[in-house]
Amino acid sequence: MSTAVEVNDLVVRFQSKRSAVVAVTDVTISVEPGELVTIVGPSGCGKSTLLKIVAGLVKPTSGTVSLMGQAVSGPQKEIGFVFQRAALLEWRGVLKNIMLQAEIRKMDRAAATRRARDLIELTGLTGFEDALPHELSGGMQQRVALCRALLHSPRVLLMDEPFGALDALTREGLNEELNRIWRETGTTIMLVTHSIAEAVFLGTRVEVMSPRPGRIIRTFDVNLPKERHYAQIMSDPHFDQLASEIRSLLGSNASH
Amino acid sequence: MKKLEAWWRPVLVLAIVFAGWWFVAAQEYVPNYLVPTPSQVWETMTGQWDFLMRNSLVTLWETVVGFVLAGLIGLGTAVLIAYSRTMEKALYPIVLFAQVIPKIAIAPLLIVWFGFGLTPKIILAVLIAFFPVVISGVAGLRSTDPELLDLSSTMGASPWQTFRKIRFPNALPHLMAGLKVAVTLAVVGAVVGEFVGATEGLGYVLLVANGNLDAPMLFADLFLMSAIGIVLFILVEVAEALLIPWHASRRSGVPLTTS
Ligand SMILES: Nc1ncnc2c1ncn2[C@@H]1O[C@H](COP(=O)(O)OP(=O)(O)OP(=O)(O)O)[C@@H](O)[C@H]1O
Ligand SMILES: [Mg+2]
Repeated sequence: MSTAVEVNDLVVRFQSKRSAVVAVTDVTISVEPGELVTIVGPSGCGKSTLLKIVAGLVKPTSGTVSLMGQAVSGPQKEIGFVFQRAALLEWRGVLKNIMLQAEIRKMDRAAATRRARDLIELTGLTGFEDALPHELSGGMQQRVALCRALLHSPRVLLMDEPFGALDALTREGLNEELNRIWRETGTTIMLVTHSIAEAVFLGTRVEVMSPRPGRIIRTFDVNLPKERHYAQIMSDPHFDQLASEIRSLLGSNASH
Repeated sequence: MKKLEAWWRPVLVLAIVFAGWWFVAAQEYVPNYLVPTPSQVWETMTGQWDFLMRNSLVTLWETVVGFVLAGLIGLGTAVLIAYSRTMEKALYPIVLFAQVIPKIAIAPLLIVWFGFGLTPKIILAVLIAFFPVVISGVAGLRSTDPELLDLSSTMGASPWQTFRKIRFPNALPHLMAGLKVAVTLAVVGAVVGEFVGATEGLGYVLLVANGNLDAPMLFADLFLMSAIGIVLFILVEVAEALLIPWHASRRSGVPLTTS
């Protein structure tokens, strides 16, 4: 099987009239199918940019990117993307927001609706199928975005701080849910986060980035069982040790 | 009960204005040929009902056709401007020029070109009403969240799909606000056209009544013009409520405990 995501010697520079910013430099990453790679780093170090590069939404200044063995040269369809904000259509209810994916991809309507209902149940949104986004809590909105990104069973799921705006408790609940979904579907996931605890809890591997221009300064393998629960993981000495190592690497200004 | 509470204030204000008018006219503080009494206006209104209705229909028709055309042309222009920099540069000056040129000044020209029929009135209504549609349409189409556009790219959406499912519905609240302004302006456009050269319509009736110093007719005519504007405005509001219920429900999304 080919590598799910392969990034080589990536450099991204944003050029505008007023300034030029090197967002990412010398990044090389490869993600095997079924892995869940988390990426942590200070704000503005180019984490979102890296995901958008993989999705083909931003063009690299230099370097190569490939997805499932294919070179990335434009927006990629074979992925699911969960954005930093939920990015829901405020005029559509929960089910219809999820079904946007099916409509645009012209998936079979009945089958897609059945799958959407399964996902709604899986993420605990049952009873809110017709609720509009502004009637949902932040956590529920992110769950809708997650369902939408999973509807077409993408091989690769890119998640940009999906739970960043949530309180710690909701977040831990959703982390456990995501862990279960990942185990059950075998999706390859790249997840960006500010939270060291989240990165270690979710990841099979944690990539730590430096401040801008972002590069990968260290890679940690997480040797924890695939199935994880907060109560049990938090008390694991390996978790503590990894978390504090990452924390010291990121310096005192890292959050949570 | 709730309905009643919302209505009593404007009704009270109207009643006071009406009573004031009646008082001033009945006491002849102002000569009767300048300000007629409400009963005189009422008599004219009922006595000449068929005549007034026939002319109201003419003005209503010009207004509605002008408004619909302004909506379509305005939306089309807004799409071109929002989607293409080149089009923006080419069209904005024309749109702005069409807006700032005094409509009263070009009305006679339009009459010369297109005669005394409906055409010049409709053109004036379009000219005066389409600017707010363009401006609100462009603002609405441009207000799309960039992440939604990224999202549609990762779904492999065609430009048409992105427009139909994301950009257009997202622009609707802005657009409806522009249409509400436009519909009231369309009435003005039609009436201005009738002032300059017409053989029928409320604007024409107003001119004739003015010439004859027929104050009751003049007042009755004014009421009908306002009624056209108000009714059309309310129709657009109803359309808005039907088209974008999600927007209205968000505005009125107050906790049930507050009165
Ligand atoms: N479209 C763009 N045009 C110009 N500069 C950009 C653009 N997108 C990002 N940048 C710059 O690139 C750098 C990295 O941005 P990016 O959004 O990838 O950071 P991030 O790591 O996701 O930050 P955060 O954790 O705050 O979300 C920033 O300095 C930003 O100003
Ligand atoms: Mg980011």
